[in-house]
Amino acid sequence: MKREAVVTGIGVVAPGGIGAAAFWDLLTAGRTATRGITLFDPAGYRSRIAAEVDFDPAAHGLDDHQVARMDRYVQFAAVAVAEALADSAAPLAGVAPWRVGVSMGTAVGATTRLDREYTAVSRGGADWVVDPARTAPHLNLALMPSTLSGEVADLVGARGPVRTVSTGCTSGLDAVGYAAQAIEDDLADVVVAGAAESPIAPIAMACFDAIKATSNSNDDPARASRPFDRDRNGFVMGEGAAVLVLEEASAARRRGARVRCRVAGFANHGNAFHMTGLRREGVEMARAITTALDRARRPATDVDYVNAHGSGTVQNDRHETDAVKRSLGEHARRVPMTSIKSMVGHSLGAIGSIELAACVLAMDTGVVPPTANLSTPDPECDLDYVPMTARERRTDVVLSVGSGFGGFQSAVVLDRGE
Amino acid sequence: MDTVITGLGAVSPAGVGTAAYWAALVEGRTLIAPIPHFDTAGFPVRLGGTVPGFDPHEHLDGRYVVQTDAFSWFAMVAAAEALRDSGADTAADPYSTGVLVCSGAGGVEFGQRELAALCRSGPDHVGPYQSIAWFYAASTGQVSISNGLKGMCGVLVTEEPGMLDALGQSGQELRRGTSAMLVGGSEAPLGSPFSLACQLETGLLSTGEDPGTAYVPFSEEARGYVPAEGGAVAFVEGSSDARARGARVRAVVAGHASTFSGVGSMDPGGEGLLNAALGAMARAGVGPDDVDVVFADAMGTPKADADEAAAIRRLFPRGVAVTAPKTGFGRAYAGAGALDVAAAVLSLEHQVVPPTPHVSDPPVGLDLVVRVARPTPLRTALVLSRGAGGGNSAIVLKHPDHA
Repeated sequence: MKREAVVTGIGVVAPGGIGAAAFWDLLTAGRTATRGITLFDPAGYRSRIAAEVDFDPAAHGLDDHQVARMDRYVQFAAVAVAEALADSAAPLAGVAPWRVGVSMGTAVGATTRLDREYTAVSRGGADWVVDPARTAPHLNLALMPSTLSGEVADLVGARGPVRTVSTGCTSGLDAVGYAAQAIEDDLADVVVAGAAESPIAPIAMACFDAIKATSNSNDDPARASRPFDRDRNGFVMGEGAAVLVLEEASAARRRGARVRCRVAGFANHGNAFHMTGLRREGVEMARAITTALDRARRPATDVDYVNAHGSGTVQNDRHETDAVKRSLGEHARRVPMTSIKSMVGHSLGAIGSIELAACVLAMDTGVVPPTANLSTPDPECDLDYVPMTARERRTDVVLSVGSGFGGFQSAVVLDRGE
Repeated sequence: MDTVITGLGAVSPAGVGTAAYWAALVEGRTLIAPIPHFDTAGFPVRLGGTVPGFDPHEHLDGRYVVQTDAFSWFAMVAAAEALRDSGADTAADPYSTGVLVCSGAGGVEFGQRELAALCRSGPDHVGPYQSIAWFYAASTGQVSISNGLKGMCGVLVTEEPGMLDALGQSGQELRRGTSAMLVGGSEAPLGSPFSLACQLETGLLSTGEDPGTAYVPFSEEARGYVPAEGGAVAFVEGSSDARARGARVRAVVAGHASTFSGVGSMDPGGEGLLNAALGAMARAGVGPDDVDVVFADAMGTPKADADEAAAIRRLFPRGVAVTAPKTGFGRAYAGAGALDVAAAVLSLEHQVVPPTPHVSDPPVGLDLVVRVARPTPLRTALVLSRGAGGGNSAIVLKHPDHA
């Protein structure tokens, strides 16, 4: 029998609320978690706003050693893992550790720590040849983000295939897609999958300043992230993590797990065009959507909800709108398509998994989260983006789309099985 | 459906190209030297394996050079060689070919330069390419763009075992309909003093000052490994596609498996490596008597070496030829697994086991090929890899005549 991957638990650490319940409250209320940056002094930066997580690792059960060793993004992942495992109700009982895998995504890894430590060991950038005697502990763990999946694997006791996926801003979709494929291909029976990011640090903010990709609506941070709106002016940086517990479907049913949905299809494509630029037509993203639907054996007309990449840059939102029209045809006009980045910002590698968690919650509750701040639609973005207010709607087949630097375009299809 | 390698490219401390790499391996040439990129006087680690005289402008369009770090240069140059070598026409359907290049630390030299500008002069002085040069996905993106490849795009960060895992994953992708993949790994961890400083804390890097004795795994003088830069890329496709277009099959990727042993633990007892090897051999359908050579991970610390030797002895109770050609040039993290896979492919092709440079005598109970290359019939190679990130991977490669 064909093996399938199903989601049996989720955990979320997102701006505006830690835990899936708080996250879903925020999204369905249409509240925004974007604000002036507090994690460092952003004076002198073009974009001084972000969606930050108010996070006390000790309050979430991390001990002093974990806090010292783990970078902020790994701490987020650890908290999300604990929630996801609890939500899934003991998915690892009776599963051999070498049949348990981990697939975690991150785009920029421990940038925050590397940035801070570099400043210290280089005497404020004065020394090219830094003084190795001044380095803080755990820096090698920071240098290589394979640490993310490793720490998660140690937390859950996984001894099977353990991967860190780093395809930039599509990492969070790709990590879950690969996890499902590992289950389908009999490489593991349970995979803890997701993504984490904590990029609200000087070097990451500066590099997006340099290409004007981020919003400079510093005077109105709550309304700065405006996907599909005429007045959008870039994305608002976010941070956070989400973790999904994926299990082989028949084993999950045998143990009486609450099966939330199936990871039915996944595909990604490069646009082979530009590291940051997009061709308006969205041909490659459309192709990723079509391939993912084909792999899910779903016609386009089955899609009940599209969770958009919707970053709020001028080029992305038009590109994506065209790609969805190209791939879903006339059905694109009948299906709600929303961007939660309007509320929780764009947490780079993490957001794909955070968005998948939102998709699972949408399927659970029969509610589609809105696109906040969408008061005046861009005339070139003419689909149903569910502006401002959440909508009750039963969704059985959900498409989540991501787009990122490198030209990567990813699509994941979730459904309730056949 | 078998996954086969029909193209290969490498950039190594032997220089650019697989021919230069193989020539150095067979000779067992010493390619370890003082790190030339900066003054290492204040560092306990001063030796490395670096790519000699590498000028990116000789190999890449200038517009790519300015926006990328050396780790992407190596990947792009190796990918171009692998594509040429494959003879495949990837332009006919750009969606047919995917890219999966592994990274470890990303674009550290580029990143340090921009960090320095930020610290000294403020955010206005960070350049526009920082956002695309430092991150781990830079090489896959640039290989995709510079070659017009629109198939599946992936990036794994599993440190040393990355290439082995990427070959396994590319097999999964080929079974789902992608026709071909460029699969590789590359690393340039020595151009940035900050990056080298970060690596020191593992305690695994050799502080030796003599290139001839600094990296001598499986010996009583073992004192860690010498870090290196470089990478390799393979062009893989389904065996039937390769046959249909009359491609030269360089090796068959017969089986892969990976396990995990704990962050920073480097696989205590060798159990993780053993299970990875058993898994890869089972998937490849080979037993101990079918494997003719093992490319060892060869960490270079007494404990890790003893654990690996024990795992190899348990896998091959009647013995097997073991080699670790990387002792001639060092461990290049995400590039290391890729260069080991390239070495294994070349070894099968030439029917020669390259030696383990600088190790003068095999340890008791391990048929380590030392001093000179060993010509011998080779049907199947097993490549082993461990990473400080905690991963262990194994891959079985077969000569096409014995697949």
